Amino acid sequence: MSNARKTLLAFAAIAVLLLIIGFAQSWNVSLGILNLCLISAVMALGVNMQWGYAGLLNVGVMGFAALGGVSAVLVSQAPVVEAWDASWGRLLIAAICFIATVAAALFCYRRLPRGRTRNLALTFTIVAGLALTRLFLDPAISSIEAIEPAKTGFLGGMGLPIILSWLFGGLIAAGIAWCIGKVALGLRADYLAIATLGISEIIIAVLKNEDWLTRGVKNVTGLSRPVPYEIDLQGSAWFIDFTRWLYGGTLANLDGDAQQQALKQFVIDGSSIFVKVCYTGLFAAVLLVVLLLSVRALNSPWGRMMRAIRDNEIAAGAMGKDVTRRHLEIFVIGSAVIGIAGAMLTTLDGQFTPTSYQPLRYTFLIWVMVIVGGSGNNMGSVLGGFLIWLVWIEAEPVGVWLMQVGTGWLDEGNVVRIHLIENAQHMRLFFMGLVLLLVLRFSPGGILPEVVRRRK
Amino acid sequence: MSFLSGVDMIGGYGGADILKGCTIDVNEGEIAVIVGPNGAGKSTAMKALLGMLDLKQGDVSFRGKDISALTPQDRIAEGIAFVPQTNNVFTSMTVYENLEMGAFLRDDDFGGTIEQVYELFPILADKRDQLAGELSGGQRQQVAVARALMSQPAVLMLDEPTAGVSPIVMDELFDRILEVRETGVAILMVEQNARQALHIADRGFVLVVGENRHTDSGAALLADPEVRRSFLGG
Amino acid sequence: MEAVTDFINALVLVLNFVVVPGLSYGSQLALGALGITLVFGILRFANFAHGDTMAFGTMVTILVTWWLQSKGVNLGPLPTALLALPAGILLTILLLVVTDKTVYRYYRHRRAVPVTFMIASMGVMFMTNGIVRFVIGPNDQRFDDGERFIVHARDFKDLSGLSEGLSIKVSQGLTIVIAIILVVLLFWFLQRTRTGKAMRAYSDNEDLALLSGVDPDRVVLVTWIIAAILATIAGTLYGLDKSFKPFTYLQLLLPMFAAAIVGGIGNPVGAILGGYVIAFSEVMVTYAYKKVFIYLLPQSLEPAGLLQLLSTDYKFAVSFVILVLVLLVRPTGILRGKVL
Repeated sequence: MSNARKTLLAFAAIAVLLLIIGFAQSWNVSLGILNLCLISAVMALGVNMQWGYAGLLNVGVMGFAALGGVSAVLVSQAPVVEAWDASWGRLLIAAICFIATVAAALFCYRRLPRGRTRNLALTFTIVAGLALTRLFLDPAISSIEAIEPAKTGFLGGMGLPIILSWLFGGLIAAGIAWCIGKVALGLRADYLAIATLGISEIIIAVLKNEDWLTRGVKNVTGLSRPVPYEIDLQGSAWFIDFTRWLYGGTLANLDGDAQQQALKQFVIDGSSIFVKVCYTGLFAAVLLVVLLLSVRALNSPWGRMMRAIRDNEIAAGAMGKDVTRRHLEIFVIGSAVIGIAGAMLTTLDGQFTPTSYQPLRYTFLIWVMVIVGGSGNNMGSVLGGFLIWLVWIEAEPVGVWLMQVGTGWLDEGNVVRIHLIENAQHMRLFFMGLVLLLVLRFSPGGILPEVVRRRK
Repeated sequence: MSFLSGVDMIGGYGGADILKGCTIDVNEGEIAVIVGPNGAGKSTAMKALLGMLDLKQGDVSFRGKDISALTPQDRIAEGIAFVPQTNNVFTSMTVYENLEMGAFLRDDDFGGTIEQVYELFPILADKRDQLAGELSGGQRQQVAVARALMSQPAVLMLDEPTAGVSPIVMDELFDRILEVRETGVAILMVEQNARQALHIADRGFVLVVGENRHTDSGAALLADPEVRRSFLGG
Repeated sequence: MEAVTDFINALVLVLNFVVVPGLSYGSQLALGALGITLVFGILRFANFAHGDTMAFGTMVTILVTWWLQSKGVNLGPLPTALLALPAGILLTILLLVVTDKTVYRYYRHRRAVPVTFMIASMGVMFMTNGIVRFVIGPNDQRFDDGERFIVHARDFKDLSGLSEGLSIKVSQGLTIVIAIILVVLLFWFLQRTRTGKAMRAYSDNEDLALLSGVDPDRVVLVTWIIAAILATIAGTLYGLDKSFKPFTYLQLLLPMFAAAIVGGIGNPVGAILGGYVIAFSEVMVTYAYKKVFIYLLPQSLEPAGLLQLLSTDYKFAVSFVILVLVLLVRPTGILRGKVL
């Protein structure tokens, strides 16, 4: 079967599944899944750029997604004026100290000759600089965290529309990716994997513990939205009129109170669906833009060069291609896309909870999407994002149901049965690993393998 | 019937055929040398004898037995030893441990063999507890040959043993190889330094693009004007 | 005289909060990193499933421990888990051998690139993690019993008359003793036995080892067996010392990788060294030195802050920073490891 037909068929199958969920469970659930599918697809595209185009193993997807998440907070939250007032002077000095430290360290590293002197100078600069920074930062932090800790206790954000955070999240992720790439690219492939694993853990640790910046484990809730609120919709005349028009047939058969009651219910249900559809539109737009750019980039001379480097680094290097530099480019771009997706996710959730970032969900699941969808194929990654997210979500109820049926012969109160049903949700990890291994072994190209164009 | 022989071998590493019907053989107590220009398939011919590539055609026999179907490991167990051109010692192990690894498949006491090898390569006895990675190029080649001898092979195959060593070391290595021949081992060797190699060779094979061009005794090849003109630089 | 007591008190403080915990945590990391480094040396890939292998072995050990405890079996002052260890080791060996036969062997015979192995190991990680969570659940589990302390802080104070106490937990003592025994055994095995030498040869130069008649499947099998033993013991000791939680074991992957790379990946001595380097850095950087300086400095210079370089939440950052430093300055690790 050709890839184009397969793509069509696969997406048709997913659409049918979503329709089934819509009719059987509810449209709310179905649209909720679709929105996360879209975000997953964007994330998978980011990983696919790094892995599929360039063969770079990024095991820190979680960290870049979390950077996107925190940018949603930093962009959209209103600034906490009291906190700024109480701390801006010290913060400024601390920032200057920090920048000076980094500059001095870089200077030592670049200008001094290799050897003991350089190492000592570097160590001294960094330790002294950080100590100086903390001298100002620590009191600043305590003054920030002292201000209404139950409500704010942090600096807040920039008070801009949250949708800007999608861009901002991409930029932060790109910046951090550049730093990591500078260190770990050009070494062995597995070092990048381990370095990214490390940086993602550290990013999460920072987000959990730096309360003055992110409120830490106290979470930031009630983020603003790029789409209307349900409650506003329910109060607005045009939406009620719209609903009346939509359900005109049904409503005409009712009268008086019953009609009012039914309309009210339709408006309530409709508002939450409307909000989800708005999100779907936004996410789909982002996905389309990223996808179009990816496809164009992949088929451009730049994309060809990337794949040439991936397939034979030594040969490409011998042809005069700067392998490490190209790798750095693609690593930064891919991480930026992941950051965008992370910001979208937090926007959708409406809250930022650092503890929710788990490597299995945010790093390895995305990897399953890319591998199963088809590494190196953009449509494949999108498909993988949709498919795996669906499976991931639906595996939980299905697993519980299977356990219930499977242990039906046991007593209701049987300890084993209760344990199996309670823990059935964890089997989806097992299942995901199995899917990954099976695809890797029997169909290493994934569902939609990379298209290798040959000139006739 | 020769001791080890590959007859009419055709094959390569998956792509185009590198060997296009070449025949190589060696007898007990004899040094046979494969020479020829770059890309003639010299090393490939040797690797074919060891079973490291799939032959489309041709048989390899050893001691009158067809071993074409055996894996390299099984051929080694039969008594063929091979010294690769590069990466031919365990750099993180001592000289003694390298020799031990050479005798890995032997169940008997190999103390006697070690003594013989030390006699052949006295420098190894002095350096026995040193890491092979710390030795000079020439000494490493001695370790490599010694490791191969530890299995008491009937045939010793050497892939360009003198590549990258100085002329003095090369002469010494050839002397050692002559001494090894005295112990009755059949030696098959691929060499870039054709002239010197043919001097110590009982027989020589001149390979060109995967086929035998000349096959004769070493002395005869050295005397052959065509061989001299084409392959030995006059 | 008072100055001397103050000095000794400061020393005991450091011993109690830095040296003893560092030694036991370092031993646990070293055992884990040894497994990673052996698998790397022989199979040539970074095994992402190693943390979950540890979790699996520990889980089996815990289940058997609970069963033994319910039967009233115990080891007196020592934790019952020691009795259960062989069962955990056996099942973990089984797990690793089965994963090798079903997953890795295929790629090995095709001579796949290391990255493929790594991705496969992610799949194995997922599956193992799923099994562990399914069987024992995602929550904290405790399974220690027997005596808690070898040296009790109060007894130490009474005996020495110092104001600072030194306490050594049984789990800490056990960790260090068992780690020493295991390391000695491992090195004896690698240096002296035929199979051990074959492993070293295979790790050094695969092709030449094959030419010498080393059976690759056997070497790989033995490697997995050793990795299973080390992982189960390391995991159980860690669980006894702290507590068992599947997620924590997944997170241990980072310090263990760091230890293996810092020491020089593929080099067993390096893995042990790396384990202690990482552990001591973590403990030293996250310890609050205030009390130590109160003892050491005159009263007028008493420090105002906690004198803690980093909060304990950042212990992962420590292993990471060391890792990055080593990658920058000496990518082969402290003792030269492999650079492929």
